Amino acid sequence: MTAHVMKFTLKIWRQSGPNERGRFVTYEAQDVSPGMSFLEMLDGVNQRLLGTGEEPVAFEQDCREGICGSCSLVINGIPHGPDQGITTCQLYMRRFSDGAHITIEPWRAKAFPILKDLVVDRSALDRIMQAGGYVSVNTGGAVDGNVLLIGKDQAETAMDAASCIGCGACVAACKNASAMLFVAAKVSHLSTLPQGRPERARRVTAMLEAMDREGFGSCGNQYECEAVCPKNISTRFIAVLNREYLRAGIVESGRPSEPESPHAESS
Amino acid sequence: MTRLDSKIPSGPLESKWDRHRFSEKLVSPTNKRKLTIIVVGTGLAGASAASTLGQLGYHVECFCFHDSARRAHSIAAQGGINAAKNYQDDGDSVGRLFYDTIKGGDFRSREANVYRLAQVSTQIIDQCVALGIPFAREYGGQLANRSFGGVQVSRTFYCRGQTGQQLLLGAYSALCWQIERGQVTMHPRTELLDLILVDGQARGIVARDLVTGRISAHTAHAVVLATGGYSNVYYLSTNASGCNVTATYRAWKHGAAFANPCFTQIHPTAIPPGGAHQAKLTLMSESLRNDGRLWVPRVPSDQRSPGDIPAADRDYFLERRYPRFGNLAPRDIASRAVKVACDEGHGVGPGGQGVYLDFSDVIEQQGLEVVRERYGNLFDMYHRITGEDAYQVPMRIYPAPHYTMGGLWVDYNLMSTIPGLFVIGEANFADHGANRLGASSLMQGLADGYFILPYTIGHYLATARLLPLLDDHAEAREATRLVATRINRLLAVKGRRTAAMFHRELGALLWNHCGMSRHEGGLTSALRSIPKLREEFWRDVMVPGAGDAFNQELEYAGRVADYLEFAELLCHDALHRQESCGAHFREEYQTEDGEPRRDDAHFAYVAAWEYRDRAEPVLHKEPLAFEFVPPTMRSYQ
Ligand SMILES: Cc1cc2nc3c(=O)[nH]c(=O)nc-3n(C[C@H](O)[C@H](O)[C@H](O)COP(=O)(O)OP(=O)(O)OC[C@H]3O[C@@H](n4cnc5c(N)ncnc54)[C@H](O)[C@@H]3O)c2cc1C
Ligand code: SF4
Ligand code: FES
Repeated sequence: MTAHVMKFTLKIWRQSGPNERGRFVTYEAQDVSPGMSFLEMLDGVNQRLLGTGEEPVAFEQDCREGICGSCSLVINGIPHGPDQGITTCQLYMRRFSDGAHITIEPWRAKAFPILKDLVVDRSALDRIMQAGGYVSVNTGGAVDGNVLLIGKDQAETAMDAASCIGCGACVAACKNASAMLFVAAKVSHLSTLPQGRPERARRVTAMLEAMDREGFGSCGNQYECEAVCPKNISTRFIAVLNREYLRAGIVESGRPSEPESPHAESS
Repeated sequence: MTRLDSKIPSGPLESKWDRHRFSEKLVSPTNKRKLTIIVVGTGLAGASAASTLGQLGYHVECFCFHDSARRAHSIAAQGGINAAKNYQDDGDSVGRLFYDTIKGGDFRSREANVYRLAQVSTQIIDQCVALGIPFAREYGGQLANRSFGGVQVSRTFYCRGQTGQQLLLGAYSALCWQIERGQVTMHPRTELLDLILVDGQARGIVARDLVTGRISAHTAHAVVLATGGYSNVYYLSTNASGCNVTATYRAWKHGAAFANPCFTQIHPTAIPPGGAHQAKLTLMSESLRNDGRLWVPRVPSDQRSPGDIPAADRDYFLERRYPRFGNLAPRDIASRAVKVACDEGHGVGPGGQGVYLDFSDVIEQQGLEVVRERYGNLFDMYHRITGEDAYQVPMRIYPAPHYTMGGLWVDYNLMSTIPGLFVIGEANFADHGANRLGASSLMQGLADGYFILPYTIGHYLATARLLPLLDDHAEAREATRLVATRINRLLAVKGRRTAAMFHRELGALLWNHCGMSRHEGGLTSALRSIPKLREEFWRDVMVPGAGDAFNQELEYAGRVADYLEFAELLCHDALHRQESCGAHFREEYQTEDGEPRRDDAHFAYVAAWEYRDRAEPVLHKEPLAFEFVPPTMRSYQ
């Protein structure tokens, strides 16, 4: 759009494989226009590297519109970069001043081993989901969708939590590399809805156990996760998670369950 | 030799599916345990199929190239999913959804399939609610609906602007459950590169582990492809970068007929391209057309800013040309109208590639807050990308390749012309004819995966004569060897141009000659240019790195190589179809006022193409009989 072009100096983490040593390498990004996305800027760098026969920088991306959760860069120390509430792919170069130095790193966490350059293995998040992030209903035979009424507020709260894209930025931002916000989002989404209630105790316990097993740390209540979350998942849900966990303990120890949360079955 | 037998059950439309299900053979529970099914793809179609098959007791091997099943392109669907629930009591019914879809597809789809789709649509919503999908609700707690382009009832269910995400996360969670139960083995970051046929039956796939580069054979009793659409053949599209034609194209080369490849949907409302660096086009949801009005300046090349152009100098071209549907005209019609306006010099923005989508009237009538609540996230997205505030100035939009109605030919049982190869979701050609209506792809993907394939594949497995499984079958070894050879060939070229350069060039060629409007001269020239480009590719492409390692450029180059072959098939089909229907607009076949002229006497058929080695593809025709809805001229005026 604008004829204006910018230049940047990039310090990018390069690592040829999971067991290799990585290091920062400096590249110049030229002919960048303010309307380019951050990833399009990197595409440009890669095209030039290819021109010289060098291997391009590996990074993850797919939808390029902030919903698939693939893109995952730590930009100048911040997962998904300087702006709140967006993913890396939604960041545009007009956000940076011409000539700036930009550092680009992968997510760093014990549970996310680096595969190559800026690509990490986030399958630990899938395994947490497999431990209990579902409602066990068979296909077929479901009752009519309007049989159970669900209040608008309740549906909205569930949707707020369900918006998590599974990117793992919360883990990357956390000093303990905890996946608490991710787990909280799923647990809260399902425990807010009547369909998710029958399994709520088992779900929360199984998912938290899986989180520990995968080598994620525990929550230190620092809330860096919320600050970088591209979907603005609120740490309020961590409180819901803790309550669910407490409740599960009470249910399991055979004592009468605590009163339902204020949202429960309110409609 | 390909034989097309659509296997449409006889009898009244309403009871075809029920009777068919009853007459299908079942697999006993003990036998199911001994059967393995490969499902490639974990979008709405693949994830719903894999989880349901696992739940039924089959062993499922499920593959996707993404790092997680949850990232399939279905995640990006914004607007919603249709179902004939008639919760609004506005006159909807299975019959009406059926009729709208047949008419929307410009009478180029099968009545029996579309009717079944409309029938199971209601079950989909129930199933999704049971899985905990947080659909939008009314204050009273009932499910909410919105209306979507091309229809006059309100039947679209939605989760804010993230319907695809929520539906996919629901199917993914069902898949997670089956993985946990050991019924499904998931292979993420694994790409299908070829199909394995034994005795003419689909019995497995050759796949590459994208982390280690290891190539291996996986065998099964049947194979399901749920690998999505091929809009990325145009380089710029609204699809995610990974979407590709490889799986379906490879199957084609093994004998699966490819149906109607030229039916490609160009969506009217994407953000216009911004420059050469552009990697993809961002869709602005169709729902925006519920309140936004499309217009261009009446005088060509009017340089005034939109706010300074008085109403008298504006042409609300959709309202003018299609007064009954106005801004809600179906996608193919709206896209073409945008193109005509731009071609005549009325386009706005860089290169005159854009028209206004204006919200000032609704803001004035209903207030900014209402608009913010409805579309806030879309306006934010637009602002981030363009730097413009659409609450103040109208959006600029331009059409973009979006969805492919064409795909592998399947019969009523969703089986391709290769026995044992089933194809579901966007990857097949089945239900949308020459044009897809909004919110109906999510519906089709889930209908296929949850409710149709699980029955029909059972009948095949119960009745086919299948040899026992063997991973080191001669056919499997040979297929693996061929895949490795092809990869080594790609790496050996060591040329000077990147795969992206070839892809961009191919995309431009197709967009110009086989895009929103097509004509004989353009198509024949594209058919001359594509083979040349392909030869150059194999002479001059640069793929660095090794085959036995994580190598994104290698993955990409392989996909581009397939596009460079597939594009020819696309143009062949477009050239042969000498009529205008749905998304396929041939300039030679239009009325005086520029409306498409369909030719039912000669083209009321599905064009199913058969692969021939080093020769032109062979056309087979599946005639389309309209017993229940007599074809009419599709008018939205
Ligand atoms: C921006 C956008 C918005 C949309 N909005 C709507 C909407 O509101 N309503 C609607 O009904 N439709 C909408 N659509 C269309 C709809 O989203 C898609 O048609 C649909 O989701 C396709 O689903 P699918 O399961 O067939 O394939 P996909 O979701 O594309 O999944 C394909 C799967 O196959 C895998 N795969 C592909 N090739 C290979 C290979 N070679 N090896 C291994 N795995 C492979 C991928 O990893 C992925 O898991 C939209 C589309 C776009 C682009
Ligand atoms: S909670 Fe937020 S940061 Fe964490 S995975 Fe989900 S979307 Fe990403
Ligand atoms: S690429 Fe999909 S969220 Fe960024």
